[in-house]
Amino acid sequence: MRAAVEAQAIESVAAGREWSLWMRQIRAILRIEVKKNFWGKRALLIYLLAAIPVLLTFLLTFVDPKASADIRRNWTSAQEVFAMLIYRGLILQTIVYFGCAWIFMNLFRGEVVDRSLHYYFLCSLRREVLVAGKYISGLVASTVLFTLTTAGSLFFLYYARGYQASMNYLFDGPGLKQCLAYVGITILACVGYGAVFMVIGLFFRNPIIPALLAYGWEWINYLLPPLLKKISIIHYLHSLSPIPVSEGPLATVVDPTPAWISIPSMIVFTAAVLILASVRIRRMEIRYGNE
Amino acid sequence: MNDQWIIFENVSKFYGEILGVNRVNLTIAPGITSLVGPNGSGKTTLMNLMTGLIQPTRGRMSVLGVSPSNPQELFRKVGYCGQFDSFPKGMTGYEFVKSFLAVHGLSPKEAEEKTWRAIERVDLVEAAHRKVAAYSKGMRQRIRLAQSIAHEPVVMILDEPLNGLDPMARAETIRLFRQLAQGGQLLIISSHILHEVDKMSDRVVLINNGYILAEGGVLGVREEKLEEHPMQIMIRCDRPQEFASRVFASDSVVEATLHQDKQGLFIKTRNADAFYQLLNRVVVENGINVDSVSPVDDDLNAVYHYLIGSNGGSS
Repeated sequence: MRAAVEAQAIESVAAGREWSLWMRQIRAILRIEVKKNFWGKRALLIYLLAAIPVLLTFLLTFVDPKASADIRRNWTSAQEVFAMLIYRGLILQTIVYFGCAWIFMNLFRGEVVDRSLHYYFLCSLRREVLVAGKYISGLVASTVLFTLTTAGSLFFLYYARGYQASMNYLFDGPGLKQCLAYVGITILACVGYGAVFMVIGLFFRNPIIPALLAYGWEWINYLLPPLLKKISIIHYLHSLSPIPVSEGPLATVVDPTPAWISIPSMIVFTAAVLILASVRIRRMEIRYGNE
Repeated sequence: MNDQWIIFENVSKFYGEILGVNRVNLTIAPGITSLVGPNGSGKTTLMNLMTGLIQPTRGRMSVLGVSPSNPQELFRKVGYCGQFDSFPKGMTGYEFVKSFLAVHGLSPKEAEEKTWRAIERVDLVEAAHRKVAAYSKGMRQRIRLAQSIAHEPVVMILDEPLNGLDPMARAETIRLFRQLAQGGQLLIISSHILHEVDKMSDRVVLINNGYILAEGGVLGVREEKLEEHPMQIMIRCDRPQEFASRVFASDSVVEATLHQDKQGLFIKTRNADAFYQLLNRVVVENGINVDSVSPVDDDLNAVYHYLIGSNGGSS
């Protein structure tokens, strides 16, 4: 009995050591990858992409006096336009989508192109830990950039409304909750799209085509029948939108999935995709010559 | 025994329909073992299999008792310096070595110490804080070597490690390999530079078209081929014709050819020991003055030529 207890204690100490080793290794991967994601040549495109919505709302606020006046005059309509066109159409379905595609597909595919992935494979490192480290590094880069994009766009929207009115709406009205919801949706989009694009980058030599196919699927989501609608990421993200918006006359009307289902569903989906990525990377071979 | 050796059991690797290596049964013991063969013979495939960078189509392997499919365990014991001359972008030599030591799970302090130790061993201290992109080919080769030895593995797998090095650096690197082998490490080296392989190896594995042709000590492999290719010995003496006539009667001599300058002769024998005894007797009995006796084809170059060269391979 005592021997069994001791054996259990030794096992738990060993498991603890393993976890602490994996955490150290993930931190080491993050140090390499985050630097690469923010300062590498490939990051330039992401910065440009991330700046577009901010620049657009800046121009609407400061350059077009008519637009600015419209925002002040009809705040409800301005919010709807922001939610539908700027946030949903531009930020979520274009900037975050393609930004995540670029960041996450390059985590492995980019290293295969650069012929430097083997350095990770030659370390005393479980490949699943490599997947986790790389994914988190992509998540850090995408969430920092795209939450700044979201926050920046919201800032100029609120700026156009005027300081006092915006402050009142933010802190005495639903403004802060709405802003946090937008940021939360952006983070959740990075979590979900990131996992999908990382796995696409692992499975396909030319990941652009599957990424475009997935893009098409996400865009026609509003036309799909209710069951198919739910086989997408965008449906769950839309369900969390703080400002309900119409999807147009052709859209199939489906009740939004409540947050308590949407958020855990996205997390479970992401976990499943990451497990798939881990299975794939365990079998992955380094054959740069054939890439 | 399993946990001290590298073992291949009936290993085959196909790239689609193209053969990488076929039915390899090989046991590699501690010391320096060289993989020798022409380009495309399967040397790199064998090394990539040992390190899990590719997976076998058939068969199994173990490196000191660890399967290559378990990188966490494997690379505590193994370091691999491959031929890929590419690096993560924007890193200095120091950052390159240290970053991947940290990925091994070493603490920052430990990683720092081991980084400097490895960089010192390859003599790159002065260039350590320069970007790898600005290094010469030889320096890049050395920093990759440093990266692969930095975590102090017991097994070193080195694919063409002398490529791109100048003669001084080559000599230094060979000295480093010897030091590592004397320290009990198991080194597997692939190289095209046969005379250098010959000098540093304890054993050779000759490979061509994906098949292992021979393995063992150079002399051992050479002796295996005596029937097909008798050993050639050159004797410099004052009366080569008389010497030839005296020894030719012996069973141990297959052929005797006079040297063009008439100052010596070439003897072909399938039994070198018996021939040397005969040589002593003939010299003493006939008062022939012998200046030198030297085997012409008992080195790796000859073995390579006999086993691979005739098949159209190149060194």
